[in-house]
Amino acid sequence: MSKLNELGLAEARDALRAGDTTAKELTEACLIAIEAAGALNAFVHKTPELAMERAAAADARLAQGDAPAMCGLPVGIKDLFCTKGVPSQAGSRILQGFLPEYESTVSQNLADSGAVMLGKLNMDEFAMGSSNETSVYGNAVNPWRRGNDVTPLTPGGSSGGSAAAVAADLCLAATGTDTGGSIRQPAAFTGTVGIKPTYGRCSRWGIVAFASSLDQAGPMTKSVRDAAIMLEAMSGHDPKDSTSADLPVPDFEAALTGDIRGKTIGIPKEYRMDGMPAEIETLWSEGIAMMKDAGAEIVDISLPHTKYALPAYYVIAPAEASSNLARYDGVRYGHRAKLDQGDGITEMYEKTRAEGFGHEVQRRVMIGTYVLSAGFYDAYYNRARKVRTLIKRDFETVFAQGIDAILTPATPSAAFGLGEMTDADPVAMYLNDVFTVTVNLAGLPGVAVPAGLDTKGLPLGLQLIGRPWQEADLLNAAYTLERAAGFVAKPAKWW
Amino acid sequence: MSIDESTAARVAKLARIKVEPEALPALAGEFNTILGFIEQLNEVDIDGVEPMTSVTPQVLKKRADVVTDGDQQARVLSNAPDAREGFFAVPKVVE
Repeated sequence: MSKLNELGLAEARDALRAGDTTAKELTEACLIAIEAAGALNAFVHKTPELAMERAAAADARLAQGDAPAMCGLPVGIKDLFCTKGVPSQAGSRILQGFLPEYESTVSQNLADSGAVMLGKLNMDEFAMGSSNETSVYGNAVNPWRRGNDVTPLTPGGSSGGSAAAVAADLCLAATGTDTGGSIRQPAAFTGTVGIKPTYGRCSRWGIVAFASSLDQAGPMTKSVRDAAIMLEAMSGHDPKDSTSADLPVPDFEAALTGDIRGKTIGIPKEYRMDGMPAEIETLWSEGIAMMKDAGAEIVDISLPHTKYALPAYYVIAPAEASSNLARYDGVRYGHRAKLDQGDGITEMYEKTRAEGFGHEVQRRVMIGTYVLSAGFYDAYYNRARKVRTLIKRDFETVFAQGIDAILTPATPSAAFGLGEMTDADPVAMYLNDVFTVTVNLAGLPGVAVPAGLDTKGLPLGLQLIGRPWQEADLLNAAYTLERAAGFVAKPAKWW
Repeated sequence: MSIDESTAARVAKLARIKVEPEALPALAGEFNTILGFIEQLNEVDIDGVEPMTSVTPQVLKKRADVVTDGDQQARVLSNAPDAREGFFAVPKVVE
């Protein structure tokens, strides 16, 4: 057996049930790996005592034969999830010192399922970013490097700490959240699997809100099977989130048959971007061939409004963020600025928010404020919402034509160097999400699967997009792709 | 649509974020870059299209209009930067 922290969820679960290891041993192995991985800056709040407590409880349940699906499996939790009594800062200075009095529904579901929380994971501030460089904790670092080149690379974002931690075997799996690609892009940059489920599948209650109509939680794992196990544990109806779907959660793992014969996979022509690296083209063609070999029918499709997804997103997401982030006012929780003599409440708000929010968050809140302001609401916000309707209609049209899933690249490039985009204009960074953001706007499930390496030895991912609520079928397609691609590479340990 | 420094200052004020005057030109420039990108939306024919309100068609659930939670003053105040006598404390609001 490989080292315990290197196991995936399914392997560890089976080893626990066979009595080959214990939750305590698994947890200790991860805690040791975390302590040795400071250079990755993935875990930003560690909870070793809590983890050992939960591991002991899991071992007791295992001994009694009363072990739920994730019993004894050590995982990391993105800092965006409120966890009772454990710092939950959303990567922001403005929530420094915040200790939630409650637990997010998703992290509670995982705890109820027996999972062991190891700590909180680095992320872009308020999940706004594609490189984990906007975090108050500093950059998370990708365990992957370009061969012998020691340039530190981004693990992607916003769930950069989650992706780095899973890829470096600091935990068996981690939670992520995805508003425009924040699970799938980091998964693709680190050779891991990440699924954003259908909007409404996971409760958003207790997850710090960025853009409420787009945010969804999902698992980041070492395999598609692990994603199926963990997504099932995270999902389910929650009366505390009015957008949470009251639908039964299928047995996702049971859907992994590897048989996609007779399924129809659509290939959208609009995802063939000008200037796309040849390696991404090649990877995509290989993926298409793999799905065809597995017995799927391949059909060229058109999603004509694709190019308008990013501009629509950069109206809708900041608009919702400006509203959601209004709550950080220095009154109820988090940071409050030191005030000068004579400062009133307005100065308190303005100074608190200027000190507490980083540059990218301030910029997005102000863009959101602008597009919602009197005189511009129709021209920007309403127009973007109408374009969103058209983007969703594009998908509905192809699904009605019999398309079961859509195969695209996950990202327009492999992981880039930390700091490489610093001088680029903000729009250049936004282009990272060009293949993923349509899925959030349409509320669909999407999964990133590692499918190959570029010439520098960095992982590249493909994305599969499914029909609403058909995560089971989508995961099966992803499982088929994963088996065909046979991606087994791991980053060489340098940290 | 071009944003000048005074518009940038107005937006910062609306967003309740203090921006120093010397930072306004750069901020206005960034806004213009982003809004320039967003302007692409003007190419789309949106005649007769309804703005999206809910991405998954669903009827919001209703529940009985009764108190289901409460009496948690200490927990509500536990993270406040300044809480006194059971209240959130803020600088003087009215003279």
